[in-house]
Amino acid sequence: MYSEKVMDHFQNPRNVGEIENASGVGTVGNAKCGDIMRIYLDIDENQIIRDVKFKTFGCGAAVATSSMATELVKGKNIQEAMKITNKAVAEALDGLPPVKMHCSLLAEEAIHAALWDYAQKHNITIEGLQKPKSDIHEGEETEEEEY
Amino acid sequence: MKPLIYLDNAATTKTAKEVVDAMLPYFTEYYGNPSSIYSLGSKSKEAVTDAREIIAGTLGAQANEIYFTAGGSESDNWALKATAEAYESKGKHIITSAIEHHAILHTCDYLEKRGFEITYIGVDENGVLKLDELKAAIRPDTILISVMFANNEIGTIQPIKEIGEIAKEHGILFHTDAVQAYGQLPINVDEYHIDMLSASGHKLNGPKGIGFLYIRKGVKIRSFVHGGQQERARRAGTENVTGIVGIGAAAQRAMRIMEEKTKKESGLRDYLIERIEAEVPYCRLNGDRSRRLPNNVNFSFRFVEGESLLIMLDMEGICASSGSACTSGSLDPSHVLLAIGLPHEIAHGSLRLTLSEETTKEEIDTVVEAVKKIVERLRSMSPLYEDFVKKQK
Repeated sequence: MYSEKVMDHFQNPRNVGEIENASGVGTVGNAKCGDIMRIYLDIDENQIIRDVKFKTFGCGAAVATSSMATELVKGKNIQEAMKITNKAVAEALDGLPPVKMHCSLLAEEAIHAALWDYAQKHNITIEGLQKPKSDIHEGEETEEEEY
Repeated sequence: MKPLIYLDNAATTKTAKEVVDAMLPYFTEYYGNPSSIYSLGSKSKEAVTDAREIIAGTLGAQANEIYFTAGGSESDNWALKATAEAYESKGKHIITSAIEHHAILHTCDYLEKRGFEITYIGVDENGVLKLDELKAAIRPDTILISVMFANNEIGTIQPIKEIGEIAKEHGILFHTDAVQAYGQLPINVDEYHIDMLSASGHKLNGPKGIGFLYIRKGVKIRSFVHGGQQERARRAGTENVTGIVGIGAAAQRAMRIMEEKTKKESGLRDYLIERIEAEVPYCRLNGDRSRRLPNNVNFSFRFVEGESLLIMLDMEGICASSGSACTSGSLDPSHVLLAIGLPHEIAHGSLRLTLSEETTKEEIDTVVEAVKKIVERLRSMSPLYEDFVKKQK
């Protein structure tokens, strides 16, 4: 059901882990539909993404898209990172089954959420970046957090 | 390649060699149509009659109460739709449970759209039907109660005799989907007051594409397929002779080995449950501990998603199943796990292992080690686990 690339990124996910004192952290998805993705960014003074890590609770496609998304943003500046779409993530994985396309959307949103966090902390505006819809933590009755 | 460890016997089973051997001559040697007059046809007819008698005997039923179908789903569809149609002048209310197989639930949706009212009875945290809720749901226009014998996901065995008695007391027909139970548990239709019962061949080491519906004599039920005199004109079409021979042989075999098989499987089942509970933290056994199919194990592992778990087990050569949404293509996890009260994120992390009589202790040990390793690995990647650990500190 999955491409070889998806299986490779699922079995050997790149950049799994956490970054202490990250420049930006974004968590998207919710436990209800079974996918939660968290991305940590380490961004230097030139706005280059020096390092990136992720943690994901989800299916094979969710893990693989997280892994691929981290590969795609690593070393990029934040404007370039903004241009990485869910389609690009899915294509880089040689495609996803139709029912799993929402997983790639989650990866795009997770990057945006982490960049939003970074922008908030540094009091800057990133062109084209909107406030993420939600940052959902464990639990049934999660509410949207206000920033 | 790692040797295959098949622990998904609730999904389907290996066709037993003696079943295949019994079927084979009916493909190439005795291929006649049972409806034909010549002796080649009679040979097929005899085989069908024999299988029907064998199956009737396993249930304490009469041969003319057994109707062959293409499997469990067809039997469920037939039982509900045909009863609804035959009894709608009496009433349009049907009672079922919240944890039925989709062959029942989706047929109920279909009937609901056609003016029937369906009441779904809840279950307790172990998946046992709430009998007081059932009694309270009965109305003068209730025509049918349909409750599964044992659940396919969590293995809980329902109080079928009590349900049958309640139905009988109120003059309501009682159907049970026994797809998981038939061949695993002794069933007597008179003792349990069962009016209709669905079963499937491939769950008891028989072939796929064959099942039957038991319909008690006297129950008004309309023809499901029109066009011939087969199955007492209630399900027309040339009989699936090889399949029928197969399910007959499988039923005979299942009854012969039941006692020994149950003893072996339930011993290994309990060993597997014990080891996982002792060695994997933050797990929960789903389903009832004692009212349980002898081959069923179902666990939820917190902070872990089921599909990932299944793919990793597959890489270790282990075939299992999950109630995770991702395995079904929908966003909601299993309705059974939600009905027993699990929150969504825990329902997503479930694992079903169903044993066979061929399962060995060595295989169980391999599976426990694999589950331990995989759950630990997935937790190390899980933001839910990270949050949980931070909260603990």
